[in-house]
Amino acid sequence: MIVRILHEGQYEVGAVALAELRRLDDELMDDLTRGDEAGFVARRDQILALVRSEGSMLGPEVLRESDLVLPPADLTLEEARSLFTEQA
Amino acid sequence: MGLMSRMSTIFKSKVSAALDTVEDPRQTLDYSYERQMEMLQQVKRSLADAVTSRKQIELQKVRLQSDVDKYQSEAEAALKAGREDLARQALERKAALATQMEGLDGQIAELKGQEDKMEENARRLETKIASFRAQKEVIKAQYTTAQAQVKMGEASTGLGEELADVGLAVQRAQDKTERMRARAQAIDELTDKGVLDDALAAPVEDPVERELRKTKASQQVEDDLSALKAKIGAGDKQ
Repeated sequence: MIVRILHEGQYEVGAVALAELRRLDDELMDDLTRGDEAGFVARRDQILALVRSEGSMLGPEVLRESDLVLPPADLTLEEARSLFTEQA
Repeated sequence: MGLMSRMSTIFKSKVSAALDTVEDPRQTLDYSYERQMEMLQQVKRSLADAVTSRKQIELQKVRLQSDVDKYQSEAEAALKAGREDLARQALERKAALATQMEGLDGQIAELKGQEDKMEENARRLETKIASFRAQKEVIKAQYTTAQAQVKMGEASTGLGEELADVGLAVQRAQDKTERMRARAQAIDELTDKGVLDDALAAPVEDPVERELRKTKASQQVEDDLSALKAKIGAGDKQ
């Protein structure tokens, strides 16, 4: 799977890491729902660190579609909340 | 739905909205290429904006510092003339300005960080553009084969993603720069008017925090005053 971290680049990520990503994503949603800013920031960093360590980065010359798009490293709780009110 | 899938859905809808406008796939390639060049210009403009804002804030810092120094020497002169009331007034003004200066270093650092990001964005985009330009001509030449059409679709979507990503980065950077500029302007207006009580209160909404700031500022005034008295006393003895 190809995962894009916004404002950073694309990574090729394997199935094991992906399952872990989904689990962390559920926790991230709980943080968001509870409005737990510290938890949200910690989980967000954990998710991005996982992609960076487990995935291999695609070079800037590669032009491929991503399967999954992750928020940028400096996404705030406030911005995340507005994603769910914005029209897709 | 998780945050990742939500982000993916929103983002992908932005990408396809950007690509849907063109019918002929061969035009899509040229159109995407033009859009990329435009985007690169936007990134560079956004970089220039961040630099301008940072310089403004740095200038503001210098100005505030010279006002702080001015009030400090006024206080000293007043105290030497035996006017403790005037000295206290000058030190109160100094404390209010010092409060305004507190956040400026953080803002300067944040803008510098944005400049670095924009520079990186520009570099990445330039590489993508070069890669796309090369692939575009190859794909166009082979357009009739089914394989080439698939490749074209992939390249365009990959490129569309990059455009949407950089576009989002530029937008967020501009929003931030705009907020900082507005705050810097507010400080300038307050200090120009000399409304220092308001200036002390302005950047903080929380009443508890505001009171704490005021307490801290008046403590600072007392400390400055005793320091000045000690200094002048020491001078007299010499």
